[in-house]
This record gives sequence, structure tokens and C-alpha cells, in this order.
Amino acid sequence: MTDLSTKVIDGDQRSIARLITLVENNAADAVETMKKIHPHTGNAQVIGITGVMGSGKSTLIFEIALAYRAEGKKVGIIAIDPTSPFSGGALLGDRIRMTELSTDDGVFIRSMGTRGMMGGLTSALYDVVEILDAAGMQIILIETVGVGQDEVDIVKIADTTLVVLVPGLGDSVQTIKAGLMEIADIFVVNKADKPGVEQTIAELESMLDLVRSLDRRIPIVATSAKNKKGIKLLSSKITEHQEYLKKSNTFETRRRQRYEAELVEIIRKRLMDFIFDEKKLKTTVDCCIDQISKKELDPYSAADQILGKILK
Amino acid sequence: MKKIRVLVAKPGLDGHDRGAKIVARALRDAGMEVVYTGLHQTAQQIVNTAIQEDVDVVGLSLLSGAHMTLFIDVAMLLKEKQMDEVLIVGGGIIPEEDVPALRKAGIAMVFGPGTPVEEIVSYIKKNVKQ
Repeated sequence: MTDLSTKVIDGDQRSIARLITLVENNAADAVETMKKIHPHTGNAQVIGITGVMGSGKSTLIFEIALAYRAEGKKVGIIAIDPTSPFSGGALLGDRIRMTELSTDDGVFIRSMGTRGMMGGLTSALYDVVEILDAAGMQIILIETVGVGQDEVDIVKIADTTLVVLVPGLGDSVQTIKAGLMEIADIFVVNKADKPGVEQTIAELESMLDLVRSLDRRIPIVATSAKNKKGIKLLSSKITEHQEYLKKSNTFETRRRQRYEAELVEIIRKRLMDFIFDEKKLKTTVDCCIDQISKKELDPYSAADQILGKILK
Repeated sequence: MKKIRVLVAKPGLDGHDRGAKIVARALRDAGMEVVYTGLHQTAQQIVNTAIQEDVDVVGLSLLSGAHMTLFIDVAMLLKEKQMDEVLIVGGGIIPEEDVPALRKAGIAMVFGPGTPVEEIVSYIKKNVKQ
């Protein structure tokens, strides 16, 4: 039987899908395959698309994907929707806007739940990017969950981050708040057919006027994805940003940031598994929690005790 | 941790998706990951989605009367793509006399109008191959 990693590298859709399921389920069997595919990664251009819920991210991704398909590039799409903190279930509905792509052999779409991860992403995302990259996708589009002001982890993984806004979300003070507004490589004002678009753009422009010491002014692109307007301009701005990354040596820095975040995530997952493993530390942890609730121990000393067992 | 992944799809030209949405919601509340693709799907689109999303279950909903063609097309195409382990279930307005032929074609279970969602949830949990 041909090895799973070989089939993934050959771009076999079934094998790609299987491996993604394995990494999502945190199965130990995936580790060896992930080790084998890593040398085949690093070629894909990773574009993150984030923004508030209902801002049209899925429709925008569909249009961006079509533009890259017209250039003959293979496109991978990772669409993340929230997992219920109550039931653990999720409704993954981003494909609704991308139906026409599902019969295109040059496109691979995967919907994922956040599965308890904060920051608008999902824990297996780094692995899934590596898988799609190794499978020959030249462009990888990541759609975060609909975010609020604070879910900014997409910058750790994307080469280019698009922040999607819509007209009428608030006054100019919103634009100078920290978080989401700080992470854009490109601002997209979608639903530009709706009233208020000029004001939103003006507020963004004046926010950008306040930013000093930037060797590159962040472009603002108005789009109406549903009506296929503004997509050409947006594509050209994405290309410009890629060129800027290469010229300014920021590209290497960003890739290093991604690998750092990935490494930290793997270590975090392994430590958590270790701490909550029935056979290893679970009893100690439970005992500490008992003592904390009886005020016989404080949480800091409990943490020292648990860490002491790991580090000794 | 393994989660049950379900594709809920509406094949063909039928525009009534209330039932499909209610079922999708119930499966979500039962802890499953539900990929919902919306209306007007072709058999090819449904099967490609099932492959890419690596689902354990495909749930088809149809109220237009074209189930004998469309449900069977999806089942055949899944088989052709060697997705044999996928549990296929159907729902909607399906006359009793059509059910045996559908089951023979690989639709494991057909849920008619008025089926309590709990019944669908427990059927899937019991019969899914993982």
C-alpha cells in the first residue's frame, strides 16, 4: 500500500481529507506522516481573511479563489466556524457561498470547527496549512470565524492578512482601538453597495494618517463581493503585498513567526495531554483542585507542585 | 478526540430547507460537526464535498419528488469513489413504496415528516462507522 504521505504529496483528495481528520482528532498516527510531509512545504502563499460575522468573508473568498483559478493556480480553502462550548458540535456553513468550487479539481475546501481554541482559529490549523501546502496548493485562503475586536491570531500564520469591514459599524474611535484594526495588511470594506461606505473609508484613512514610521501605507479596498466588484483591485493589492514582503525581507520574519507559533502550539498540546492524562498527572491535578476549593492550597502553589513533577 | 462529521445536503431544485436546517441544528446540539452546503446541489457536488470534508454521514433532504433519481445518484457516486463506509440517510416527502428501492440502493434509513429529531440523532450515533 502506498504511504499516506506520498498520496498527499501527489494531491490525492481523499488522502488529504483523511490526514486532516487525523490531525484534527489529534491522533498519534498523524505525527509520522506530518514529519514526512514537512520537507515538501513552504511553497504556498497563505492569505488570512478575518472580520466580523456576516461581513461577507465567505463570498469574498469565493471571488478571490476564482481569480486565482483564472491564473491556473491551485487553491486550498480552510473555513473555520465556531464550535459550541456547550455541546461540542458545530454548524459549518461557509461552503454555502462556495458551491461552484466544489466540482473544481484545482480547489480543495475544508470546513473546520474551532474545537475550543481561542483567537478565531482552530488548533489543528498549522497542520492543515502544511498538508495543503505539501499537496501542491499554491494559494491557501484561511477564513477565520466571525471575529470581535480581539481575535487576531491569524497574523501568526498568514503571509497576508485581510481585515474585512462593512459600512456602518461604529464611529471613528472604533478604528483607533487596539486588536483587530492593528493586524491588517489590507483593509477590505465589503458590501460597498450599502450606504455609509465613503464614511467608513474616510475614517480608516484618517486612522492610517495617525500611523507613523510605516514604510508601507495599508491599502483600503472597497468591494461588493456579491456583485463581483472590486475583486481585481483587491487581487492586485494582495500581489503588491507579496512583493513588498519579499523586498523588505519581512517574508522570512513572518515565516519564522509561523513556525514559532506552530512549535508553541505543539508543545502546549503535548503538555496539556500529559497533565490531563489519566495515567500520569490527572490524580495530582484533581487532588490540587480539591485542596484549592478547601482553601488548603492556593492556585499558584498548586501550579508549582504540578510543574515540579513535570520538570524534575 | 473523534467527532462525528455529517454533511447535510439538499440535492436538486427543491427550495425548501427548513427541515434540513432543523436537523442540522439538532445534530450540532448532539455534539456533531455538521457541514451544511445550502440549496441546489448536484450529486457530483455533494460527493466531492463528502470526500473533501471526510464526513462519516451524508444526510439528504428532498421534498420535490426527485428522490428516486437524486438520492440514488448520490449513493452510486459515493460507491464509485469508494466511500463505502459513509452512512447515507434521507429525509423529506418520500412515499412508503419508494423506501425499499432506496434502501437497496444504499440509503440506510429514510426519515419521514414528523420524525422526532432525537430519533435521527440516536440512529446516526448507533449506526455510524468510525
